[in-house]
Amino acid sequence: MELQLNEAEEAFRREARAWLQAQLDGPFKDLQGRGMSGAQDTYVEERIAWSKTMGAAGWNCIGWPKELGGRGCTIKEEAVFNEEYVRANGPGNVGHIGETLLGPTLIHFGSPEQQKRFLPPIVSGEEIWCQGYSEPGAGSDLANVQTKATLVGDEWIIEGQKIWTSGAHYSDWCFVLCRTDSEAPKHRGISYILLPMRQDGIEVRPIKQMGGSSEFAEVFFDGAKAHKDHVVGGINNGWKVAMGTLAFERGASTLGQQYLFQKEFEEVVAVAKRTGAASDPVFRQRIADAGIGLKVMRVNALRMLEHEGVDLNREALISKLYWSNWHRDLGKLAMDLLGPEAELLDGAPYELTGMQKWYLFSRADTIYAGSNEVQRNIIGERGLGLPKEPR
Amino acid sequence: MEFSFSEDQDELRRAARRFLAVASSEERVRSVMETEQGYDSTTWERLSEELAWTALTIPEEYGGLGMSYLDLHPLMEEMGRSLLCSPFFSTICLGANALMLGGADLHKERYLPGIAAGETTATLAYAEKNNRMDAEGVEATYSRNGTGYILRGGKSYVVDGHTAALLVIAARTENSNGSKGVSLFLVPGDTEGLRRTWLPTMDQTRRLASIELSDVVVPHDALLGEEGRGWALCERTLDLARIALAAEQVGAAEMCLDMAVEYAKVRKQFGRPIGSFQAIKHKCADMLMMVESARSAAFYASALAGQGEADLEEAASSAKAFCSDTFFHCAAENIQIHGGIGFTWEHPAHMYFKRAKATETLFGDPSFHRERFARRMGL
Repeated sequence: MELQLNEAEEAFRREARAWLQAQLDGPFKDLQGRGMSGAQDTYVEERIAWSKTMGAAGWNCIGWPKELGGRGCTIKEEAVFNEEYVRANGPGNVGHIGETLLGPTLIHFGSPEQQKRFLPPIVSGEEIWCQGYSEPGAGSDLANVQTKATLVGDEWIIEGQKIWTSGAHYSDWCFVLCRTDSEAPKHRGISYILLPMRQDGIEVRPIKQMGGSSEFAEVFFDGAKAHKDHVVGGINNGWKVAMGTLAFERGASTLGQQYLFQKEFEEVVAVAKRTGAASDPVFRQRIADAGIGLKVMRVNALRMLEHEGVDLNREALISKLYWSNWHRDLGKLAMDLLGPEAELLDGAPYELTGMQKWYLFSRADTIYAGSNEVQRNIIGERGLGLPKEPR
Repeated sequence: MEFSFSEDQDELRRAARRFLAVASSEERVRSVMETEQGYDSTTWERLSEELAWTALTIPEEYGGLGMSYLDLHPLMEEMGRSLLCSPFFSTICLGANALMLGGADLHKERYLPGIAAGETTATLAYAEKNNRMDAEGVEATYSRNGTGYILRGGKSYVVDGHTAALLVIAARTENSNGSKGVSLFLVPGDTEGLRRTWLPTMDQTRRLASIELSDVVVPHDALLGEEGRGWALCERTLDLARIALAAEQVGAAEMCLDMAVEYAKVRKQFGRPIGSFQAIKHKCADMLMMVESARSAAFYASALAGQGEADLEEAASSAKAFCSDTFFHCAAENIQIHGGIGFTWEHPAHMYFKRAKATETLFGDPSFHRERFARRMGL
């Protein structure tokens, strides 16, 4: 079951595969599989070096237009590259927030000056970005952000707090949703501001997750400064910009992600065979259900990727809800198959096995980037035209 | 493989929806489902003669259009959506598929042109009262009789078995077991010794029948495929039928979703449409996720079925398990979202709910297919 590729696309696949193999079996061999979900706070410096190497060879931001430093790849080619990347066991992309969220936002909403200043260092891997959206009082209700930005002379002065900010402790820049008009209705008084992270007035406190690692952080702003011109899409227009960002996730990463899921599923099957659970009828049903679910996910993705329109089709709307549930269930199945052995760590003080890591991390899948409940609202309202809840 | 329907396939779907909106309206379905025959002869003539649906997948040399199994998919979805009561599924997806897969030229020449023209209906009789869906379930026997064969025993759960003009019957040699020794026979419905009885069913939109075989004598050329190798042929036919049935389930499940969403937009409680409450909205969102995923499962299987020698077992079982679960879930949620009215005879929700259960069990339920999938993956 493969994406339908023409000759040029096949050639592209071979080129990507050859380059990745040469690097990841060569100078970057030790980085294979490092810094993935659950361990994104590890091997940071090495992964930044890797990102710069990727950038120099033209493999970062390949879906961006050529004039902005990209390769002008189609979504299919992007999907192919992502698949090859995972196949080559490439490390977690330390620059993914800049590449997949900020970059497309600037391309769509940014001024020419902003594009010129900020896009090249994302492509080259020299500047790492984080996303300042969630706050203690603004999770699913994102428009409730309270972090305040006040224009003083040529600078925005920022006060407040963000939370769940992935990679805040090693990022150079942050795009922050700030309240710039506290009188306006809550969706209309927000601005999207670009803020340097390495300055006085910002304190980052990493948050330890249930798996023991610290991939995200709390970020406190106490007089942090941003340049007056670093507002994207206009003052008080930040909500529209932020919502636009959501639509940029076109699903190019799904094939790569599914390749990872396939590997995890195979590990689960191997456990079932080793422990003898494979002969238990109830486990056989659950394993088959997961296997069928994975195949269906792949066809969903291929249908989504072959969809030609610019609008998000139904396959795209259901994608996050589907995979996050599937992955969470697989984690539970893995632990159930292990039985009492599921409890045993690799070692003290808290060395999780690989399977335990993704089992625990899968509980975050249904929460971040729009919880299941938010996803269902979006599917219901955008996909089915059901009325919004009165607010 | 392309992963979207072609422009022609989309057009076929639109044409089918227009036709079935009238020919298989709720009112028509309700009146036809009360009859013993279980389908409306006029509609059957129109869909075979005017629309040439029966000719679609039959090769051109036998009077058909030679189109692919994937071309059939949108039609099956629409038939499911409108609960069409028709021998189309039994004739094309069981009878014709068995003939196309296992028939000698002489069989194809004898039967396929009639099927393509809508003059001959057909079905497959493999299951029996023992309720088994595997080869062990075939207990009816055959033995040689001069130049032909004698069939003895009984069949059950035969789709449209009381009306089909041609029956493909599975039987085994005495003292054989498992998949060995099973053969398929082409038996006209009016053959002496056949006793066919309609089995009234909870789902009234598709007919099942039982068949008694009292020393049924058939000629030597009634044998379909190789003697003793009939189970593989039967399984392959069933896999094709399961795929078509899965497509039908997708269309019906989507209709349940559409009904539920429509109602949730207009029905008001506490001064607002119930669809604005997350309790209802989230049910609908889950239904959409399942419907689109079920469509993926069935689409992939249909596309694979069009590729000749492809190994269908895994795709067919995936589709049948996933689409059965989806249809049942959506049909049940549709009733729940409609509340009291959804529980009445007057509202069509129960017709979908009943069809969901019937199609779930037909040719192996989801557990059967998950187990089959598990074996295929080497567990």
